[in-house]
Amino acid sequence: MRGRQQFSIHFLQYLDPEGNLDLPLPEWTTDGPLLLSIYQNMVLARLLDQKAVALQRTGQMGTYPSILGQEAISVCTGLAMAKNDVLVPYYRDAPAQMIRGMSAAELFMYWGGDERGGNLNTASLDLPICVPIATQLTQAAGVATALKIKGEDSVVVTSCGDGATSKGDFMEALNLAGVWDLPIVFVINNNRWAISVPLAQQTRAPTLAQKAIAAGIEGIQVDGNDPIAVYEVISKAIERAREHKTPTLIEALSYRLSDHTTADDASRYRDADELKAHWQEEPIHRFQQFLHQQGLWDREQEKALQSHCQQTIDQAVEQYLAAEEEPATAIIDYLHAFLPYSLESQRSAIQHKDASVNTEGESR
Amino acid sequence: MNMSFSTSDSPSTDDAVEPDKSPSPDIGGKIEAENKECVLVEAINMALHYEMARDDSVVVLGEDVATNGGVFRATLDLKQTFGAARVLDTPLAEGLIGGISIGMATQGLKPVTEIQFMGFMFAALEQLMCHAARMRNRTRGRLACPMVVRMPFGGGIHAPEHHSESTEALLAHTPGLRVVIPSSPIRAYGLLLAAIRDPDPVIFLEPKRIYRAQAQRVCNDGEALPLDTCFTLREGEDITLVSWGALISECSQVADQMLERGIAVELIDVATVSPLDMATILESVAKTGRCVIAHEAPKTGGIGGEIAAQLAEHALLDLKAPVLRVAGYDTVMPYAKKEALYLPSAAQISNAIQQVLNFA
Repeated sequence: MRGRQQFSIHFLQYLDPEGNLDLPLPEWTTDGPLLLSIYQNMVLARLLDQKAVALQRTGQMGTYPSILGQEAISVCTGLAMAKNDVLVPYYRDAPAQMIRGMSAAELFMYWGGDERGGNLNTASLDLPICVPIATQLTQAAGVATALKIKGEDSVVVTSCGDGATSKGDFMEALNLAGVWDLPIVFVINNNRWAISVPLAQQTRAPTLAQKAIAAGIEGIQVDGNDPIAVYEVISKAIERAREHKTPTLIEALSYRLSDHTTADDASRYRDADELKAHWQEEPIHRFQQFLHQQGLWDREQEKALQSHCQQTIDQAVEQYLAAEEEPATAIIDYLHAFLPYSLESQRSAIQHKDASVNTEGESR
Repeated sequence: MNMSFSTSDSPSTDDAVEPDKSPSPDIGGKIEAENKECVLVEAINMALHYEMARDDSVVVLGEDVATNGGVFRATLDLKQTFGAARVLDTPLAEGLIGGISIGMATQGLKPVTEIQFMGFMFAALEQLMCHAARMRNRTRGRLACPMVVRMPFGGGIHAPEHHSESTEALLAHTPGLRVVIPSSPIRAYGLLLAAIRDPDPVIFLEPKRIYRAQAQRVCNDGEALPLDTCFTLREGEDITLVSWGALISECSQVADQMLERGIAVELIDVATVSPLDMATILESVAKTGRCVIAHEAPKTGGIGGEIAAQLAEHALLDLKAPVLRVAGYDTVMPYAKKEALYLPSAAQISNAIQQVLNFA
């Protein structure tokens, strides 16, 4: 093809920051229980997030990346997926993982430095989160390839942050999804900050969704703090992937109201007024207003939900703190399906090592 | 497609023990389980054909592997035989190739992936070292990466820069990766079958200098050779010579020459450089008391150093002389004109043996 084409990026928003409607509601919103489920999961996600930070601050858990303010994206991802779809998440996607079966105790375990938190016993073939940036995206493309080869009708949803879009892996995965017509949905949580680096220093592109154009696939931008818009966009993209093996890139605009992780101090590099302004746009208040207006939610329900979430979280903390230690040899027993004989002496050394002398240092 | 997708919890290692249940699979329209005279790269091709016919979950992917059959023709005719769905030409991106292999492996496929030259593996290393090697551990056994990454490696074919290095130690230093190096058509066939059937990631390094060096009769019977095991290629009482890959040819020549002079060399092909089968080497050194290790990779930090260290740890009292290493120099692999200067020669190996034998 020669010459210049015209492209445009569509932006979708139904609810403004006050919860008022900008557009007529999509049809699925007649499903009241679904709307409530979105709200309930967002509230649980926020309270759990607060608890995780508190556990870290009190020395009961390790470094933790908060998702404060970005709950709508992850919750809608989890709810829009079918059970046999495959989630390939990044590390700010715990609500989606939990909707798909991960327990809160597993979340604490993972960030408490226990590999069992990555097991996700109940979540089929979902991949665990990993720390390197954007590497999950090409893996997700591989998962989608496998589903296609196996002739299954399930799809892959994978996620990343805005920083990840600067990596080659991001573009490589989008490119392959286009070339091979993969059943995959890429969701970018554009929370505007990659630790201390703002989006303006990641790219000159005015949107991240437009990166889809270079790969020849669909790209759309959505208000990531508007649960109705997010659910609409993700569920439609999943449907297209399932029906037509067509990939989609979704850029969900949100904002990181927290530090990058508990080891970070965003006040060193971020203006307090900017943060304050973005609190006006966070998703939970907005959605609560909407549900009130629709007559779907009242104070009593809110009270009951808060106490139910608190109970769930308290149980999870209890379970986390009471979890029995894995045996020492677990650090080598899962390296291979079968331990090579050459490692037997090291396994035995691990078994007999007194690890207490090495773990007296303070945890961060 | 009739596929049996084993998840990681039920690794299909039984395959390695159990002989093929469906006898004489149809390979390329021919029924063959006979001896076939072939060179190393043809043995690899034959193993790929065999295993793709036997196991529907095996897929082959990489740059130029499908229509072109691979730049060295290792994947010749696979696409024609097994179809474009199972033999995939990927876009030109090694990081991507590493990532999709992992994704496919976690879903029950067995990708056999080609990185066109080892010198191009670096973009894929993050995937191999940070993810393929760790997926089983990270998920406490829920998911695994039963995948093979094939890469031609080593010097001696007058190729441009980045086509001739031997960086196996980089990979061997990563817990969770197996690193396997064949040195003959027979071992290429048997070890590749074992690598594909292994429930964990295997890096399969192919010494391209001997891709077409020497033909051997290979029995196309689907029998795998054991991984994590050294092969004692010839027995001898006087000195143990340890090597792998293309250099096994020079080592064999030297062993022949030595025999003419009445010196019996025990030649060990390490074959799996990680995890290392030290028991075979220690047993040999207990007998001979002398050892020379030869490898093409740079000397410092090479696998030879690990073998020597383990001999010092476990066999000091057996040793009658210092352990010597014959290796590549600690310098950048020279371009084609001077690569012979870099590559360890038969004369160097011979001299080292003489030195060890002469030690009082």
